[in-house]
Amino acid sequence: MPNTVREMICIACPLGCGLKAELSESGEILSVTGNSCKRGDSYARTEITNPTRSFTSTVKLTGGTRPVVSVKSKAPVPKGKMADIAEVLKSVTLPAPVQIGDIALPDAVGTGVDIVVTDRVSAA
Amino acid sequence: MDYELIVIGGGPAGMAAALEASKNGVKQILILERAETLGGILVQCIHTGFGLHYFGEELSGPEYAGRFVVQVEENPDITVKPDTMVLDIVPGEGSHTVIAVNKADGLLELSCKAVVLAMGCRERPRGALNIAGSRPSGILSAGTAQKYVNLDGYMPGKEVVILGSGDIGLIMARRMTLEGAKVKMCCELMPYSSGLTRNIVQCLDDFGIPLKLSCTVIGVHGRERLEGVTIANVDENRRPIPGTEEYVPCDLLLLSVGLIPENELSRAAGVSMDRVTNGPVVGQDRETDIPGIFACGNVLHVHDLVDFVTLESQQAGKGAAAYIQKGTPAERTFIPTKGVNGVRYVVPQKVDKSAVEPVKLYFRVGEVHKNAQVRVRCGETELVKKRRPRLAPGEMEDLIVKPEQLASLPPNAVLTVEIVK
Repeated sequence: MPNTVREMICIACPLGCGLKAELSESGEILSVTGNSCKRGDSYARTEITNPTRSFTSTVKLTGGTRPVVSVKSKAPVPKGKMADIAEVLKSVTLPAPVQIGDIALPDAVGTGVDIVVTDRVSAA
Repeated sequence: MDYELIVIGGGPAGMAAALEASKNGVKQILILERAETLGGILVQCIHTGFGLHYFGEELSGPEYAGRFVVQVEENPDITVKPDTMVLDIVPGEGSHTVIAVNKADGLLELSCKAVVLAMGCRERPRGALNIAGSRPSGILSAGTAQKYVNLDGYMPGKEVVILGSGDIGLIMARRMTLEGAKVKMCCELMPYSSGLTRNIVQCLDDFGIPLKLSCTVIGVHGRERLEGVTIANVDENRRPIPGTEEYVPCDLLLLSVGLIPENELSRAAGVSMDRVTNGPVVGQDRETDIPGIFACGNVLHVHDLVDFVTLESQQAGKGAAAYIQKGTPAERTFIPTKGVNGVRYVVPQKVDKSAVEPVKLYFRVGEVHKNAQVRVRCGETELVKKRRPRLAPGEMEDLIVKPEQLASLPPNAVLTVEIVK
């Protein structure tokens, strides 16, 4: 089998560069082209070996001025784990008040990444 | 004088303008905000991707807003009146009057030296689209659904069709999917998406949601509740092609079909408007043609990134501070800007010839171009030319003109921004 080229669009920033990664027969990454910065190069490499995404959602809140508060993964999580994290977060409820950075769920589904609160909601 | 500066709107534009004015020595600043809290639309934009340019890190909307909210709260020069609706701006000689109402103060009539318009924009509603059919519940703008899901914790539907591929629609496709809904498709009338590429990848492709280009919703079905929509492909004149109709069952139709700057107050005040941006005509300090009235953020032109809103609003805040302290310069020559050959609009619409800092001309193109060059010229003289691997209507571009270039231009000059093939 000859070398293959995988095309993808970089999402590291809003520029959306069209990337081309050349892969050897064994799946080894030979080159990345089309990127306009270093982040594009590392995006292509991660996207091929272990694609990750930032995860955001909301969790329930008790005693707050709002019924839910927004959360995010503190670091990107494997793409395939997003649905699992969303499922676990359904059963998470935090007491108000909450601050930006409060941990909503430590080590989400074994990824080693914490889910943290991204907004401030005061007690009602 | 009640205040030196009144800022209308406490979203990212209003907060950045107020903070920058304070930094430049303005002492009595009032922010009037319609909602109960500061932050504007960012509060419901819980996804990340904000702040890459401005802070060099990826923040969620509430986090981005939060950084400015804290600064506003701690700033002794800035007062905030939330839950306050501005009714009218009455321009005057050397002083303007802002009329507003809220529950605590009743009717307010406030005088000030300068006003910053930072009211943002709103979504284009269903009424603007002429979709045939009944009026069942289950048809919402994407931003309304975003508020229901992200702030109220309420899911407005289970089977979703999205019309329009604006960023909010794309973001909601992912959000609804992660919350357990089935997003069946995203239909886009145009042959390209108006959303950011990264959002198409992360919000549709990642979840296997088809993006149907040159496709629209031509009918809605259901009496009390939406039961389904009829979609059809459109030709190059955006007319539905007979025979391509398809019935898609769904209980929620989200509309993400464009944003309209909210300029009712600006128009009533008599500010001159740009017919393409639907926002005021401004100079590089974002001053409108009424001295002392400035505009910035999405009320001026719809931005795709909040980072640029912040930067633009800082210019407006700085401009307002200079106006408050020094008034309008006695002699000022403006050079008009204009977009031609594929450039739909340029902001600012005019540039002060005696600018001391480089002037960034923001512009938007009408179609997708690959491997193009963009340039600013004055007559036949080329001032700046840059290569762009990709130009798209959904992504704002900019070119910078230096002060010495402006100073050397002839008196009747026009700055023309264009695409060079």
